[in-house]
Amino acid sequence: MNNLLQSFRAMLVIRLFEEKVEDLFTSGAVRGTTHPSSGQEAVAVGVCNALQPGDYITSTHRGHGHFLARGADPNRVMAELFGKAAGYSGGRGGSQFMADFDLGFVGGNGITGGSLPTATGLALSSKLRKTGKIAVCFFGDGASNQGTFHESLNMAGLWKLPVVFVCENNRYAMSLHVAKSVPIASIADRAASYGFPGAVVDGNDVEAVELAAAAAADRARALEGPTLIECETYRISGHSRGDRRVYRTREEEAEWAQRDPIVRLERKLVDSGGATAQDIARIRSEAEEVVSEAVRFAEEAPYPEEDTLLEGLIA
Amino acid sequence: MRTVSYTEALRETLAEEMQRDDDVFLFGEDIGVYGGAFGVTRGLLDRFGVDRVIDTPISEASFVGAAIGAALAGSRPVVEIMFMDFITLAMDQILNQAAKLHYVLGEQARCPLVIRTPAGGGRCYGPTHSQSLEGMFMHVPGLRIVAPSTPADARGLLKAAIRDDNAVLFVEHKLLYAEKGPVPFEEDGVVPLGSAAVAREGNDVTIVAWSQMTVESLAAAAMLAEEEVSVEVIDLRSLSPLDMDTVAASVRKTGRALVVDEGTRTGGASAEIACRIAESAFDYLDAPVQRLTTPDVPIPASPVLEEAALPNADAIADAVIALIEYEG
Repeated sequence: MNNLLQSFRAMLVIRLFEEKVEDLFTSGAVRGTTHPSSGQEAVAVGVCNALQPGDYITSTHRGHGHFLARGADPNRVMAELFGKAAGYSGGRGGSQFMADFDLGFVGGNGITGGSLPTATGLALSSKLRKTGKIAVCFFGDGASNQGTFHESLNMAGLWKLPVVFVCENNRYAMSLHVAKSVPIASIADRAASYGFPGAVVDGNDVEAVELAAAAAADRARALEGPTLIECETYRISGHSRGDRRVYRTREEEAEWAQRDPIVRLERKLVDSGGATAQDIARIRSEAEEVVSEAVRFAEEAPYPEEDTLLEGLIA
Repeated sequence: MRTVSYTEALRETLAEEMQRDDDVFLFGEDIGVYGGAFGVTRGLLDRFGVDRVIDTPISEASFVGAAIGAALAGSRPVVEIMFMDFITLAMDQILNQAAKLHYVLGEQARCPLVIRTPAGGGRCYGPTHSQSLEGMFMHVPGLRIVAPSTPADARGLLKAAIRDDNAVLFVEHKLLYAEKGPVPFEEDGVVPLGSAAVAREGNDVTIVAWSQMTVESLAAAAMLAEEEVSVEVIDLRSLSPLDMDTVAASVRKTGRALVVDEGTRTGGASAEIACRIAESAFDYLDAPVQRLTTPDVPIPASPVLEEAALPNADAIADAVIALIEYEG
C-alpha cells in the first residue's frame, strides 16, 4: 500500500471511530463526555507521518485522532471510553486522559493549554539528555490564548528546544469563533514574538501537513529551534456531546464539507490512479471492521474492580 | 558532625544529589548567577553549568509544567518557586497534571519532580510574599508535601524528595534559612517522607507543628519547662503523607493536643490534623484539641500587624496553659 493510501486508511479509521463514538454517547451506551475530532484527521495523520518512533506527542481534550494516528490500539481507546479496565488508563482517565509512553504518546489533556508546558519540558529533557527525540504539541486555536501557550513558546524559542507546536485551528473554541478570540489574522504570526518561524498550512490536506511537519521535525531534531504550524481545519461535529451548534450556520458547515479532508483525499487517490474504487471500498470495509471490533472488545471487557479505587496514587 | 545553616544544608544537598545523578537539574527564577532569591543555589551554576542550573523566565505555570514534562521523559528536575505565594500561578500544573498522572496513566507515568519554595512571614514582606499555603496542597491527592525545620532534616528530606518518583512540594521557611544545626554529611542521612520526629519529649501536652512553628513551639516548651509544664513537641516534617502514628502515640500519652499552624485557620492544615487526632485518639483526650493559627486575614506588611497575625512562642505558651487549665 502506498503512503497516501495508508494515510487515507488511517484517516478513515479515525473518522469512523469518532462517528461511532458520537453514536455511542448519544444513545447513552457510553457515559461522560467526549470531543470528536471529525474533520481534523489530516492534521493528526499528516503530523504523525513525519515523526520517528520514540518522538513525543502531547494531545488535547480532542485527542482520539492523535492517539490513533500514532498507532494506538483502537480496542483499548474504545475500552477507555467505556470506562473498562482494558482501557489505556484502566478506565480512570476517560476520553481526555489516556497515554501510551511506548508510542511516545504522553497523553491527552482535559485542561485547555495544559500540555503546552509538558511538551516543552519533554523537549527540554531530550535536549539535556541528548536523546535525539523531538516533541510535538497539538493544541487548538482556543489554547493559543492561554498563558501557557505564550510562556511555553517563549521558553522553547529561548532555548531552541526540539519541539513542534501544531495548532489545530478548527475555527471554534467550543462556541467562540476564532475571529472573536484572536485579534490577528493568523495564529502562526504569534511565533514571531518568540523568535521562531510560524507557518500556515491547509490542515485538510494531509500531504501539505506532512510536508510542513517534516520540515519542522528536521529543524527540531537539528536543535535549530521550534516551529509553530497553524493547520487550518474545521471541527465537523459540535464541541462535545449535546452541542446543538447554535453559534454557526448550516451553510458554513456545508461549505467546509466541500473541503472534507477524507473526501478530498479519496478523490485525489482515484483521480490520480493511486487507488481504484474497489481499493477504496475495501479500505472502508476494513476500517468499519476495525471500529466494530473495537466496540465489541469494549463492550465485552470487564469494568475495573471497585476495590482498586485507591490503588496507584503514588509511584 | 559539621554545623551549617539551613541554606548551606540545602545547597550542599543539591550539589550532592546533582553529583550522584546526572538527571537532576535545577530550574527556576534567578537561581543561576544570582543564586536564588534567598541564596540557596549560590555557586551551583559555576559548579554544574548552564545545563544543570537553568534560569527560567517569569513563567511559573509553564516552567513547573515543563519540569513535569522533563520528569516524564526521565529527568529529575528540582524547581524553585521564589516565594510560595507565587505557586498559585502553577496550580493547574500541580493539581491537574503532576498529582494525577501516575494514578490515571499507571506505571508508565512517573513524575520525579521536586518543587522547593520558601513560605512564611516574619520578614514584613506583606500579603503576597508571606503566606504558608501548605494546607491548600494537602487537599490534593497524589502530592507529597514536606516542611523541614532543621538543617539536618532539610538535607534528609531533600534527598528523599529528589529520589522519590512522585511530585514533592518541599516547603522551606524564610526565617529558617539562617538557622544553624548539626548535619551528618558523613552519612547518606535520608529522612523518609512521611515520618514525624519527636523534637522534644514531654508528658503534659502535645504540640504538633512543622517548619518555623516547630522552632517557635520548642521555644515555648523551654519557657513552659521553667513553670514545670512538660511539653512534647512533634515536628511533623511531612504534611503528606501525615505520620499520624507518631502524633497519636504522643496524644495518647499526654491527653492534650495543640496544633500550631502558620497558615490561616479555616479549612487549613491545622483543621485536618486536629480532626485526625480526634478520630485516632478521642478516648485519650482530656480536653478538646486546640489550634493556634494565623487568623483568617491576609498577612499585613506592618511589623506590628504582622507580629499580631503570626503565631509565636508567647502565644503558643499561652495556648498550652489554657489547654492545661481546661476543666470541661
